[in-house]
Amino acid sequence: MGQRTPLFDQHLAFGAKMVDFGGWDMPLHYGSQVEEHHQVRRDCGVFDVSHMTILDISGPQAKVWLQYLLANDVARLSFNGKALYSAMLNEAGGVIDDLIVYLTETGYRMVVNAATRDKDLAWLNAQTAGFEVSLVQRTDLTMLAVQGPQARAKVAGLVSSARAALIDSLKPFQGLPEGDWFIARTGYTGEDGLEIMLPSAEASRFFNELVGIGIAPIGLGARDTLRLEAGMNLYGQDMSESVSPLAANMGWTIAWEPAERNFIGRAALEAQRHQTDLPKLVGLVLEERGVLRAHQLVKVAGIGEGEITSGTFSPTLGKSVAMARVPAGTADRAEVEIRGKCYPVRVVQPTFVRHGKILV
Amino acid sequence: MSDIPNELRYSASHEWARLEADGTVSVGISDHAQAALGDVVYVELPDVGLEFEAGQPAGVVESVKAASDIYSPLSGKVIAINDALTDNPELVNASPYESWFFRIKPANPAELEALLDAAAYQAACTADA
Repeated sequence: MGQRTPLFDQHLAFGAKMVDFGGWDMPLHYGSQVEEHHQVRRDCGVFDVSHMTILDISGPQAKVWLQYLLANDVARLSFNGKALYSAMLNEAGGVIDDLIVYLTETGYRMVVNAATRDKDLAWLNAQTAGFEVSLVQRTDLTMLAVQGPQARAKVAGLVSSARAALIDSLKPFQGLPEGDWFIARTGYTGEDGLEIMLPSAEASRFFNELVGIGIAPIGLGARDTLRLEAGMNLYGQDMSESVSPLAANMGWTIAWEPAERNFIGRAALEAQRHQTDLPKLVGLVLEERGVLRAHQLVKVAGIGEGEITSGTFSPTLGKSVAMARVPAGTADRAEVEIRGKCYPVRVVQPTFVRHGKILV
Repeated sequence: MSDIPNELRYSASHEWARLEADGTVSVGISDHAQAALGDVVYVELPDVGLEFEAGQPAGVVESVKAASDIYSPLSGKVIAINDALTDNPELVNASPYESWFFRIKPANPAELEALLDAAAYQAACTADA
């Protein structure tokens, strides 16, 4: 038996097929992950993401510490509630985790992955040595994500007028508190929507209310197909401690300027920055019938070989897509070996769908 | 508890077989199988005219989760395939016992008796779990 979120009984009541994810018992789907995927792109759906880790960071050196800890620069957070996406690197420049940080009235709030919780907490605590900073893990909060073009409107219609006004005011990638709730316009689907952090004691009722107004519960199966279509990495598959962010389509998250900002892994990254032979993370589209899957071999004629990091059937495209780590010189065609046979694939940018629109 | 119609026969690899009035046998996959696979996105059907031994792979069902071989429960020749599944693979999940993959003219009709009946298939599924 894995760890359980406050919504476990409701998942079962809604007909979820439960699976283990990073030591947590989570809903894979409630009947059809393909249907749930379409729901989010066309309307909206609600995800239980309370297995993720929420940390509040405060203290006189909170900013300085985060500027040292993270490859992206929190100095870029120029107004209250603004958030950024960052890699957290080790000294060798490998990715320990990817995360989101929000600027708050009391310091910063950070959200890290579920599967890496223990590793991250150990690393973060060790790195506070010598800094006047304190970390509080918010185990009292539960996080729900409501994602899709109708998400904000439907949630605003359900909550208090103060919260509705806040939802209306949020800029993309901004999160603000209202009472003891924290509502952010962030997500992992490529659609508009909200991630709501609320006291765990209120989570079950709110989840029921959302489902009660017709917002479909969405499982991890659809969560994975949605994020992959949107070109969003999954830690542990698309990157890991042995992978540079530069080989994981995360170069844009590195704040090189100001050059004087020393952050963990900077030296290793500077050395890699000028390498011309670093592999790159690309998107693949299989035009014929079949499904691309993680670890399948990618062959690039005249150049070399690579490997699929994440692959799936894309319900929005109606065909299979993947992210793959391939040699630097790869152009726009490759082949993938599926069960012993080679199939041609198109090599594209690793973002296939954004706000419901197919980009490739 | 998956649905296991009494009038059908089953293989240990989760195919069902239905003897039709004209002596041919329709083959599909069970409710247990479709639930285990998750959303089906592609089916690969055999060519009409191909001949199989009982237990030979005769097609593929691919879901979001994995690709699985379909085995012919009987020896015989494929005389028809269900193109509706090519265009609408989700029918396999929605109605597994109406979604026949192919029909065989059996080489040896006695092989049907050697397949599991509903009770035996039920027991096999329970043992699997």
